[in-house]
Amino acid sequence: MFFLIFKRFVLGLITLFIVSLITFIGVEILPGDACTSYLEREAFGEALAACIKRLGLDVPAYERYLSWAFNVIQGDFGYSLSGQMQINEVLGPRIKNSLVLASAAIIIGIPLALILGIITALWRDKMPDIIISTVAIFSMTIPEFISATLLILIVAIWLEWLPGIVIVPTDVTFFELLPNIILPVIAIAMIMTAHMARMVRSSVIQVMASDYIQMAILKGVPYWKMVFKHVLPNALLPAINVVALTIAWLLGGVVVTEVVFNYPGLGRLVIESISNRDLPVVQALGIILASIYVSINFIADLLTLMLNPRLKTLQTRK
Amino acid sequence: MKTNIQEIKDLSIGFKSQKGRQISILRNITTNIRKGETVGIVGESGSGKSTLALAMMGYIKQGLFTTGGECLFKSQNLLSLNNKELEDIRGRKIAMIPQNAGQALTPNLKIGYQIEEALRLHTDYSKAEREQKISELLNQVRLPSPKIMALRYPHELSGGQQQRVAVAMALAGNPELLLLDEPTTGLDVTTQAHVLELLKDIAKDTGTSMVYVSHDLGAIAQVCNRVIVMYAGEIVLEGPVRNILKEPIHPYTYGLLKSIPKLSLAGLPDSMPGSQPQPGNIENGCSFYDRCNFSNEKCKTQVPELEYLSEMDTSVRCFNHSEFISKTSEQKTKNHSQKEIMIDEILDLKDVSISYAKQGIIDQFLNKVTDTNPTVKDINININKGETIALVGESGSGKSTILKSIAGLLKIKDGHIKFDKKKLLSGDLKKRNSEDLRSIQLIFQNPDESLNPNHTVEQILSQPLKLYFGLTGSKLKESIAELLEKVRLGAFYMSRYPRQLSGGEKQRIAVARAFAARPDIILCDEVTSALDVSVQAAVLDLLHKLKEELGTTYVFVSHDLAVVKAISDRVAVLYQGRLCEIGPSKDVYQFPSHPYTEVLIGAVLEPDPDIKPKLVAEDIVEEKPPEIGCSFQGRCPRIIGDKCKNETPPWQIGDNGNAIRCHIGIEELKIQQS
Repeated sequence: MFFLIFKRFVLGLITLFIVSLITFIGVEILPGDACTSYLEREAFGEALAACIKRLGLDVPAYERYLSWAFNVIQGDFGYSLSGQMQINEVLGPRIKNSLVLASAAIIIGIPLALILGIITALWRDKMPDIIISTVAIFSMTIPEFISATLLILIVAIWLEWLPGIVIVPTDVTFFELLPNIILPVIAIAMIMTAHMARMVRSSVIQVMASDYIQMAILKGVPYWKMVFKHVLPNALLPAINVVALTIAWLLGGVVVTEVVFNYPGLGRLVIESISNRDLPVVQALGIILASIYVSINFIADLLTLMLNPRLKTLQTRK
Repeated sequence: MKTNIQEIKDLSIGFKSQKGRQISILRNITTNIRKGETVGIVGESGSGKSTLALAMMGYIKQGLFTTGGECLFKSQNLLSLNNKELEDIRGRKIAMIPQNAGQALTPNLKIGYQIEEALRLHTDYSKAEREQKISELLNQVRLPSPKIMALRYPHELSGGQQQRVAVAMALAGNPELLLLDEPTTGLDVTTQAHVLELLKDIAKDTGTSMVYVSHDLGAIAQVCNRVIVMYAGEIVLEGPVRNILKEPIHPYTYGLLKSIPKLSLAGLPDSMPGSQPQPGNIENGCSFYDRCNFSNEKCKTQVPELEYLSEMDTSVRCFNHSEFISKTSEQKTKNHSQKEIMIDEILDLKDVSISYAKQGIIDQFLNKVTDTNPTVKDINININKGETIALVGESGSGKSTILKSIAGLLKIKDGHIKFDKKKLLSGDLKKRNSEDLRSIQLIFQNPDESLNPNHTVEQILSQPLKLYFGLTGSKLKESIAELLEKVRLGAFYMSRYPRQLSGGEKQRIAVARAFAARPDIILCDEVTSALDVSVQAAVLDLLHKLKEELGTTYVFVSHDLAVVKAISDRVAVLYQGRLCEIGPSKDVYQFPSHPYTEVLIGAVLEPDPDIKPKLVAEDIVEEKPPEIGCSFQGRCPRIIGDKCKNETPPWQIGDNGNAIRCHIGIEELKIQQS
């Protein structure tokens, strides 16, 4: 078991290394370089030379990659071009904001998805299932920029209950931010919950049809006891990986929602830095988003390994 | 007369088809289960026997509903009780032992918990008493070290152990009626015999009534007092076990018994034509009319009633049962002519070893062999042109592994496989040329999985024809029609999809596909195990006829010794990937033989209540073959000490020409086994 975890960990590191290479090479093979694309029409003469000097573009690519990678490992992403400030300072508040948004969506969305998924499965083809499933399919199919815009129109403009867009400085405190995130969270949770609830539903239905559930019924196990002891642990195990991917997706910045609500999170930073051609920031974001995906999937694997008796005993008793 | 514990009155169960038509699965079932007796319910798949057993617990599968009648347990109609009332009966009064315990035990719960759950629900024991009782139950079903067992998860147990846990769980509530749904199907022969023995002891010790549902008449013969034979959702014959199995007075039961291969009979069993009608396709008249050799006009138009014959204590659903008895006595089994096999070697397996162990990267690089104890080792078999050689053994014996490596699906570690005396077959499928690939074809166990569900029969059969012979257009069509003719299917099957075929028809298509390549050798991997007995007999018959016609060589893998005896010329008995015995099939089944062969033969269940299996070895499951010594040392009933543990036994030739690998001398074996 320990070996398995170690193997997964090393694989994760290798993935990150490859991602860093790809982002670096990707930026490298773009026509021009960071300076020409940033300075655009002013990319000549002294300004260009100064920029090249400042970014160290005059040394060979592999040397730059090594020094960049070395700094990244130490947590230093270098300087952003546009703000002329350390990328760490740019990223810090954005990550915090994205975390706040993601946590809120997770805290509301995941339990709701589980409960709705279980309800729809247990009352399959009955009224609760029909109603919830119909709503879920609607919120899954309506694109988030439409549902988000509708939310702004109804709640912010007609009812005037909540602010429609976030117009606070990037580094506000948590409590100042709170009223601003309610609408974005609803917009995200709608899609996320619907997807996960459908997943949980089919997983529970599949387990309910299994031989061991029929056996539990024939053994005389009372219904709810059967649901909690025999059905759910087996049905929710495969859900872990889907939940992990959803969390990673949330943390990586929900680009569209953040843009619609003007929310200062990682997703908007991605859009901003790409349109500003701030290549060092793009590079940094690439590696950070990859790390988020890799580490969350790693945690999900660990959980599955711990909860699945089949995998848990695989290595130890051999 | 004993009192009835369960009475089923005029029970019908059905479902609604997509067109809204009501289709019956069970039709007007009326029968009783008496206190303390064991009743067998026999039938082929689709006869409704499992549905009936579940209804006896008041459980109707989703999508089905009762269309009439009642199931009375102690004069309480189970089908009208609510869930709460049923929970009190299930597990406490009536308990179920499921078919596939591996799937019927909840995977995330330790088996101790699952047994305790039954105890907690159905008894008043305190926690400490329950702990005690779990150990007692596991002991009662003869599981070793119950304390450790209780802490295991279901997947950590072998199939036989899982089945025993299921029995223990059913016994926990101390039920008055035990329902067993194919409890030994899927177990190895020796394990099956042991589990049946256990069930018999339980019935005797506790006086529990049992209903034993099975397609296996051999198992039924061992445990049941009374037998109910079902066909297409009806009871066709019911009576004491001896009457039913020895003098069946219903043509279906008669045919069914005839189609079972038996150790005591030489040659292929008789096959029954046709197949059971699907629910909903039953026309007027007797449901067996199409397949019956004794039918007349009356059978076609009128439905026979279940008629009770008091002199035999038997009920039968047949107009002609009295004439039928006299007619059947004339019939005799046909004998398949055992041709003399010319010594003309087509396949030579020399010192073959196969290992599943993965080599480390460094070992691979140095080309170093690390596995000193491979899954299959020292296999030497010569196969002659036109013969049928069978590889027999229980699960884990390496028989399928050997087959796969002949087919090129697995690399061999040591030794070589020589084809047609000159050509070494590459272990790597990609390195074999088209001619090698064509000459060796494989038929798989389960046609449901080996036929592409999205291809028509025509597409399935055209692939080998196009690939090996480049046939197109009308030539291709002709060849396909010819192939279908060969496997006794009409050309109109071409446009059908596998799902539109019955199990037997699907396997015929798989056979046709193998023959399409005009191969020299056909590898058959448990080709009849997934089929009903009457269908199995027909497929065996087909394989035999095709071989006589085309001179193909078969390598036939099976766990069923009776089937092997019926079809093969030579048998190789394997245990843990090592050969134990090899010889002409008529001799291997006679003594003296290797102790493992003896164990296997002893465990075969004959459909005759007067032939008891001989259980000579424990049914322990060994995970790995021993490093040194005889492969069978762990279970051998005739072990003679350290020699068996330390030295690889020598080959000895028995007086029947069969080679036995054992430390015990031939003469000594003869004395011990007589």
